[in-house]
Amino acid sequence: MDFPENLRYTKTHEWIAVEGAKARVGVTEYAQKEISDVVFVELPKQGQAVQQAKTAAVVESVKAAFDIYAPVSGKITNANKTLESNPGLINQSPYVAGWIFELELSSPAELNTLMTAAQYHEAIHQASKH
Amino acid sequence: MPYLSLTEEEKDAMLVQAGVRSFDELIKDIPASLRDPRIVLPPSLSEPEVQDLILKLGRRNTTTQDALSFLGAGSYEHFIPAAVFEIVGRQEFLTAYTPYQPEASQGTLQAIYEYQSLMTELTGLDVSNASHYDGATSLAEAALVALKHTDRPKLLVAHSVHPHYRETIRTYLAGTPYKVEEFGFDRKGNFDREEFFAKLDTGVAGVIFQTPNFFGNVEDLEGVSEKIHANGSLMILTANPLSLGLFKSPGEWGADIAAGEGQPLGIPMEFGGPYLGYFVTSRALMRRIPGRLAGLTRDADGKRAFCLTLQAREQHIRRERAGSNICSNQALCALSACVYMTLLGKKGICEIAEINWDRATYLRKKIARLKNFEVDLAQPVFNEFRVKSNKPFVKIEEKLMAQGIFPGVALDFFYPELEDQFLVCATETKSREDLDRFVEALAKC
Repeated sequence: MDFPENLRYTKTHEWIAVEGAKARVGVTEYAQKEISDVVFVELPKQGQAVQQAKTAAVVESVKAAFDIYAPVSGKITNANKTLESNPGLINQSPYVAGWIFELELSSPAELNTLMTAAQYHEAIHQASKH
Repeated sequence: MPYLSLTEEEKDAMLVQAGVRSFDELIKDIPASLRDPRIVLPPSLSEPEVQDLILKLGRRNTTTQDALSFLGAGSYEHFIPAAVFEIVGRQEFLTAYTPYQPEASQGTLQAIYEYQSLMTELTGLDVSNASHYDGATSLAEAALVALKHTDRPKLLVAHSVHPHYRETIRTYLAGTPYKVEEFGFDRKGNFDREEFFAKLDTGVAGVIFQTPNFFGNVEDLEGVSEKIHANGSLMILTANPLSLGLFKSPGEWGADIAAGEGQPLGIPMEFGGPYLGYFVTSRALMRRIPGRLAGLTRDADGKRAFCLTLQAREQHIRRERAGSNICSNQALCALSACVYMTLLGKKGICEIAEINWDRATYLRKKIARLKNFEVDLAQPVFNEFRVKSNKPFVKIEEKLMAQGIFPGVALDFFYPELEDQFLVCATETKSREDLDRFVEALAKC
């Protein structure tokens, strides 16, 4: 499974790509496999304030609905509208075309609580052993 | 061991299992003073005596079959073909009325699916749920959808929406931060455009109109949906479904949600229930729809099959985040509506709607000629209209009821300012002779 080195990861399987005070968020390769075929995405609204580890979006698959948590706190600046007509992009391209929302960080220090690719890889490896 | 254990042996076996010696020991935690209360009942009666008693009690009611009724105001007397009761009463439907193991009840799911399909066609919208308990709860659910969907704090409701529906919406929102604001009606009883536009601000999640409204007026909603949508709010319309055979549908008016009372579709007036709440939305709101939804799909062998669908959006999975925790529906009444609409067909519904309009407008014209009563002949109506009396309505009511006529519903009960005004409803159940008899009786008041 692919976990790009330049991203940070959460225990709840979101990834975040940081560029200055801005960041882009999606779900990991592992998450999209677990979620299975995505049929609907409820996107956050522009300008909406989100808190670290609190729900920011909802991804619905043929199996169930999953809350997508904000990896860090901030304000939503953009959402991936193409997911409304093509939610399957989350499965096909979780790190590129399937990104979910962008935000402006309000507490950049929160990034230190997130995992590196290696740590995340280890975490899901550990979890799958149980 | 049988479920109902009656013999001493069975009781003993249960006591042994429970680890006590006697029944008294089993209930020793209940204070002795509460154990054997004196229940004062009259001596028991035989079956024929019970039947006789109940029939006597029943005869104290006056039904719409015993009298000539012009009552409406949300509950309407219509002719219901006997086939409706015959089909709905079949044990396959009646005894298994709600599918707890949905996919094992293909017939029930198909009936719901067909009901939903008919409701979307009737209302001119895209997606219907399997129904709610009644018009009031359905409209309150629609209010919740608007609040949740727009993430705004208040609802704007026409004061001419059925008072019970408005009350139910307020009850639903009691204890929440959401607010309900109302806009009034003009002298004719139509919604006040100026006040509506003035109150339509960016805090408004949704606007609720009723047409025909509580006074029976068919509202002119031209340009309304455009204003509401430009404001980023949703438009919710509650309409007598039978009136849609003749007048513009919620979809044609640009409504996002149609929610209301389905009782006119083959459900008797009874004692005010059980009724049927219909709920239909645009495709954009599909995932906000509360309650159950039946869908058409294919099974593992590729054969046509029915299922409950879009469940992930709802309380089964996202319970704490669901917009509503309604999980059941009014399946038998929805089935009645489905059978009724199917028996009538598209043309039949239009014809029934026309007959209703014809009866009401004939009666209105006749009443207009009476000295002591005023009506507005220019106001478009469906099967119900407002009458103003020059004499106290209670006196008129008393006089007519003595002759076996229910003249209508007093409006000052709901709107104190509308003293001596009443609502008169005339459906297809009233013949010309019935209408003339009513007018004659009124003339003598």
